[in-house]
Amino acid sequence: MKLITAVIRKERLNDVLSALFQAEVYGVTVTPVRGHGGEREAVQTYRGMTVKMELVEKVRLDIGVTEAFVEPAVEAIQTGARTGSVGDGKIFVIPVDRVVRIRTGETDSAAVTPEPLPG
Amino acid sequence: MTRRSSRATHVPADASRRASPPAPSHAPRQAARRPPSSGARGAAPGRAPVRVTSSAFGILTLAALPAAGAQASAAGPGVTPAGDIAWMMVATALVLLMVVGLAFFYGGLVRRKNVLNSMMMSFVSLGVVGLTFAAVGYSLAFSGGSAVLGGLAHAGLRGLSPVGHGGVPGLLGFAFQATFAMITAALISGAVVERMRFGAYMLFIAIWSVVVYAPLAKWVWGGGFLQQLGALDFAGGTVVHINAGVAAAVLALMLGRRRDYGHKAMLPHQVPFTLLGAGLLWFGWFGFNAGSAQAANAGAVVAFVNTLLAPAATLVVWALLDLSRDGRATAVGLATGIVVGLVAITPAAGFVSPAGALAIGAVAALPSYALILWRARSRLDDSLDVFAAHGIGGISGALLTGLFASKAWGAPVDGGLAQLGVQALAVACAIGASAAGTFLIAKLIGVLTPLRAGAQHEAEGLDVALHGEEAYTDGEGALLVPVSRLEPGPAAVGGPARGEA
Repeated sequence: MKLITAVIRKERLNDVLSALFQAEVYGVTVTPVRGHGGEREAVQTYRGMTVKMELVEKVRLDIGVTEAFVEPAVEAIQTGARTGSVGDGKIFVIPVDRVVRIRTGETDSAAVTPEPLPG
Repeated sequence: MTRRSSRATHVPADASRRASPPAPSHAPRQAARRPPSSGARGAAPGRAPVRVTSSAFGILTLAALPAAGAQASAAGPGVTPAGDIAWMMVATALVLLMVVGLAFFYGGLVRRKNVLNSMMMSFVSLGVVGLTFAAVGYSLAFSGGSAVLGGLAHAGLRGLSPVGHGGVPGLLGFAFQATFAMITAALISGAVVERMRFGAYMLFIAIWSVVVYAPLAKWVWGGGFLQQLGALDFAGGTVVHINAGVAAAVLALMLGRRRDYGHKAMLPHQVPFTLLGAGLLWFGWFGFNAGSAQAANAGAVVAFVNTLLAPAATLVVWALLDLSRDGRATAVGLATGIVVGLVAITPAAGFVSPAGALAIGAVAALPSYALILWRARSRLDDSLDVFAAHGIGGISGALLTGLFASKAWGAPVDGGLAQLGVQALAVACAIGASAAGTFLIAKLIGVLTPLRAGAQHEAEGLDVALHGEEAYTDGEGALLVPVSRLEPGPAAVGGPARGEA
């Protein structure tokens, strides 16, 4: 099992989600985050007060997958999130010790993507 | 009701006056819906010119004022009642507030990354069109000239007096008309939000307000050929709403769809703003419609009450249509219904009975509702449905005015098929002029500067990309920069990318 954590552009979220669903990766947690990844700093002015926005709004995805789904998921995130400009984000793949599906008590591989769709 | 001869629309006696030949005499101006008394002066050779010493932008020599009053009283019915002047000043301020209401109406409907840009498109019209209308727009619409285009007699507000001689003082007449031009230009922005470059938009409304709006105002209100034909437009169904609606559709077509259109759901980010905006629009519309009576009189009362009733009917019908379609009435739907009802009653406000207003409001809901359903599934990205609300709502209102107009309630003629024909002709002229003018202006500007923001800016949102501001920010991660330390040149918009961290 792996936990895939990706930080992507807000405006690419829909594309990434469609790519993930196409790759049959269905379990995902989405969090709005802010961070700094070396992109251009936007300078803003409010009535003469000039500020540099050091933090950029991003979206973070957390996805628990079985080994077989690591590559398809990483591939899907890249496909959906890439624009080619600085600020496209990062993907981290992290080993996971234990996973529990709360509803059923299933653990580990049985508890993460893919869960067979009902019906 | 006492009739004051220099403004006249809502009294049956006017019908006879309308028959007088449309020579550039004082007569057609009396039949005119909105004849600012001193505004008409420059073009009325039969009338002694008032000797007001004034320079551009109406800086009057005060000593000349008593003389002006004396001169006019010899030719006109006397001094304008204080109540009329007070009402027209309030009405002017109310119409100005509509632009603010529109900013909120549109601002709530766009995504949060574009809300400032969208609201600024309305606000900037207050400035840009205020200037163009003072410079030449008002004169081209309301001073002499031919039946197609006014002259330059009032360019730079020359010759507009703050003293009224029975009608609205010329200077106040300008202010009232200027707010109409502002709201009309601002209405167009709803079709091009989230993608048009701000500079190109400013240039567009500057030219459009002079080249398209002013001539149309001349045709319908300033003694032009549509007015001479007897087309009825009490407060701007043709000049303001059909005009803006058609311009919006044409500009949206020329600009192209937003890149996310049809791929992603682009939802309103702040529906309460939209409701607030619709409420402010309704509030301001009392000035728009009842102010168009040009006096605090019975005609204004009729227009005022009709402005209350018609949107009420539209709102209810809209909610029922929502309910019948999927069992739920929507907030955005109610806000839209209010606007459509206001648009529809605009040309009819001082010409129809309250019952007629209810009928117009109810009927007008149907075509606009249908078009909005169709548009959302079409390839036309008229983003905030300006054409459905203002174009179609305006056409419904203009045509229904031809049917429901009633001499007993202030129209110069009773409605019927003949009047319907005249109304249809005026609608066709407005559509043609607006479409052609908008197309040419946008083509011209497109040669000088790009109309659209780049793909990156569109994705990022125009607030940050074009204005360097965010609507909703808590300042987290914002470092204060002393101005002297700012990197010069393009870096100020965003420094060079650093190496990958």
